[in-house]
Amino acid sequence: MQRIPDERVLQPRPEIIDRLRAILPEHCVLASPVELAAYECDGLPAFRQRPMVVVLPERIEQVQAVMRLCHAEQVPVVARGAGTGLSGGALPLSDGVLLSLAKFNQILEIDADNLRARVQPGVRNLAISEAAAPHGLYYAPDPSSQIACSIGGNVAENSGGVHCLKYGLTVHNIQHLKLVSVAGELFEVGSEALDAPGFDLLALMTGSEGMLGIIVEVTVKLLPRPERAQVLLAAFADVASAGAAVADIIAAGVTPAGLEMMDNPAICAAEDFVHAGYPRDAAAILICELDGTNAEVSMEVLRVRELLLAAGATQVRTAKDEAERTLFWKGRKSAFPAAGRISPDYYCMDGTIPRRELAHVLTRIDELSQAYGLGVANVFHAGDGNLHPLILYDANIPGELEKAEAFGGDILELCVEVGGTVTGEHGVGVEKLNQMCVQFNAEELAQFHALKAAFDPDGLLNPGKAVPTLHRCAEFGAMHVHKGELPFPDLPRF
Amino acid sequence: MVQAQQEVAPSLNHPQDQQLALVEQVQAALARQTPLHIQGGGSKAFYGLPVQAEDRLELSPHRGVIAYEASELAITVRAGTRLAEVQALLAAQEQQLPFEPPHFGANATIGGAVACGLSGPSRPYLGSVRDAVLGVKLINGRGQVLSFGGRVMKNVAGYDVSRLMVGALGTLGVLLEVSLKVVPRPKVRVTLVQTCGPQEAIARMRHWARLPLSFTGSAWESGRLYARLCGSEEALAEATARIGGEPLSEEAAGRFWRDLREHRQRFFQSPEPLWRLSVAPATPLLELRGEQVIEWGGALRWYKTSVAPDELRVIARRAGGHATLFHYDASQLPHDGNVFAPLDPTTMRLTAAVKQAFDPSGMFNPGHLYRDF
Repeated sequence: MQRIPDERVLQPRPEIIDRLRAILPEHCVLASPVELAAYECDGLPAFRQRPMVVVLPERIEQVQAVMRLCHAEQVPVVARGAGTGLSGGALPLSDGVLLSLAKFNQILEIDADNLRARVQPGVRNLAISEAAAPHGLYYAPDPSSQIACSIGGNVAENSGGVHCLKYGLTVHNIQHLKLVSVAGELFEVGSEALDAPGFDLLALMTGSEGMLGIIVEVTVKLLPRPERAQVLLAAFADVASAGAAVADIIAAGVTPAGLEMMDNPAICAAEDFVHAGYPRDAAAILICELDGTNAEVSMEVLRVRELLLAAGATQVRTAKDEAERTLFWKGRKSAFPAAGRISPDYYCMDGTIPRRELAHVLTRIDELSQAYGLGVANVFHAGDGNLHPLILYDANIPGELEKAEAFGGDILELCVEVGGTVTGEHGVGVEKLNQMCVQFNAEELAQFHALKAAFDPDGLLNPGKAVPTLHRCAEFGAMHVHKGELPFPDLPRF
Repeated sequence: MVQAQQEVAPSLNHPQDQQLALVEQVQAALARQTPLHIQGGGSKAFYGLPVQAEDRLELSPHRGVIAYEASELAITVRAGTRLAEVQALLAAQEQQLPFEPPHFGANATIGGAVACGLSGPSRPYLGSVRDAVLGVKLINGRGQVLSFGGRVMKNVAGYDVSRLMVGALGTLGVLLEVSLKVVPRPKVRVTLVQTCGPQEAIARMRHWARLPLSFTGSAWESGRLYARLCGSEEALAEATARIGGEPLSEEAAGRFWRDLREHRQRFFQSPEPLWRLSVAPATPLLELRGEQVIEWGGALRWYKTSVAPDELRVIARRAGGHATLFHYDASQLPHDGNVFAPLDPTTMRLTAAVKQAFDPSGMFNPGHLYRDF
């Protein structure tokens, strides 16, 4: 398996390091092997590459100067936030500049009257809500990594979290961006109002994985903190009933703030890790959070409780206080590290499916798990159909990583087959390039490349990520015939 | 009621599916290098600049619902489907489009609503058209049929082309199908009315925005401030006690919000040009001659005014937003010939490059969004 998906001819240009030192303060340029080692990978350690040089600019003008130099010299640039991404979007290039936004860590303004916060891209997701808390406000999207991940990275990946069903993804919760173009120009998209003239470049930039520009400032929307949030925990004897309960809740017109599912291996792993009080004998649990005013929440808790019981829940518990509510969530939010305790390595997938396909997809994943001989624990943003199977493997056993990746690839293709997508919130990065060939045809991929060229004609921003080349898809197709049809039949093979 | 439609491949030989004919027309136009004027129901033809193309590409025959299953909270329809038809279908399942789109005519289509990107009174509370778009199928300027996004709530595979189509006024491609997120329709709602001036109205709206209540609309018109909330009976009783005001009858409330959305009030009828100023919501009362209506918690200010366009644009920009000449006659056009606010040079260059990436020959709706393309 090709570990580094970069198809360019490498052009190491060590003299660029000195030229970067001429335009940045000395402490902002890292080039020794020890310093570079820390930047070899992001949150997907299966892919590693040491960058030629790391720069950590402190001001927007410095970012512009770096981009002007790299543009003039045709050196590729990979932007990086906190490095918590799970798809290898910030994987460096051995002949490229890794541009870290870590020093852009200031909250510039909390504007409570306009319900917004203006922040630098390196600010941590959770830090925004903490700064807004004295005003009774918060920033809604909450990826599991929110204590560490940066808002710039959230925008680049269009990150989600456990509250997307009611409050949306990053794209629904930002208003304005300042960016530096590949040629070093500063430009803005969005506005301080609720819309902006021209094309919706704000939406286009969100989730563009550092391929179209460098984000140097973000204005996010803030929301008033709900008066009350209440969590129910329901246990089910089979996964299909839990899936049906999800559909029943949605069909009844309830919009939970969060609606999460975990299967038995995930329940046991989380329970062993944080003792959240989960029923270890359940085939699946649902965690349902309801928020709003006191009166609303009181009513809805009763209603959802009835729906859960009617759908066959063997047990429904309501968090008796804030401490128990936090504990219920803690089990879910620590599902990833919990998987890390039961297996030397795990590989987190991120497909989205129509909710009605849940039972079918989980059954297929179970069959694949047996066929590959690898365990899997499923955690699921059930409300919005976003599935995170955690494939358990041991990288020290030769061939297991490749097996885990093949298993993961099969799961993503299954998601596409049932009408879903290969990535709900983690991004394509380098990880899902092959599956992009399954989800999109050659003309659609060519349209993506044309759009990329509109912003970056020379392909210097994060080359090799997010959108596969047609050549790569032809090669992938050659070894991977989908539904009996050869993908990209019109492309020359070589 | 529409049964669950799990068939993913839309049927191209369905009598209401005009995809093949539309592609043929686009390819023929490409061969002739004659640009096309894309039209749905024609209800919002006034919006933007007049299209500089003679040949029409009619989307309204390309209609019908492709998939709708209430528990998935998503609907997929052909772009020429009438908005009213979609809304009736959703209402039968106790659901609705979150963005409460204006129709501006009985023939309004979903494709037109998405291309214009206009959202109604619920926009600040339930999201905009673009917030609800999950996926599109389109014909690009090379005559290719392409699909982006999907029917699921979360999808970050590839660039967000679907949302890029919203508000592009058809200048990037011909929308064939659109998938939209839908939301439950509130079982109970109330509209409360208070009497106050516009300055006070903005202050009250901003106070309300900080409360954890389920607002779905706020507006000030002719000395009256309106708040619309939804939820259970108990929650509404609580909210009414908290913010105060006289409740409107269900009928009167329905009429008020519909007339506001559809611009039927007296304010909208005068012959002066109608300007739409989209601003940071807490912007204090703008010092402008002329009448106004305020919506969206203060973020949307409609003006009937003869103040010079340049001045209005500067005022809107200082308020963090932008000004659009919404309804006008040719004599009222600004000097630069554009109804939308000018973009800074870098953004304008990138905007033109995006247009080029989708429609290199300039086939679709030339001159409709900006005069130059």
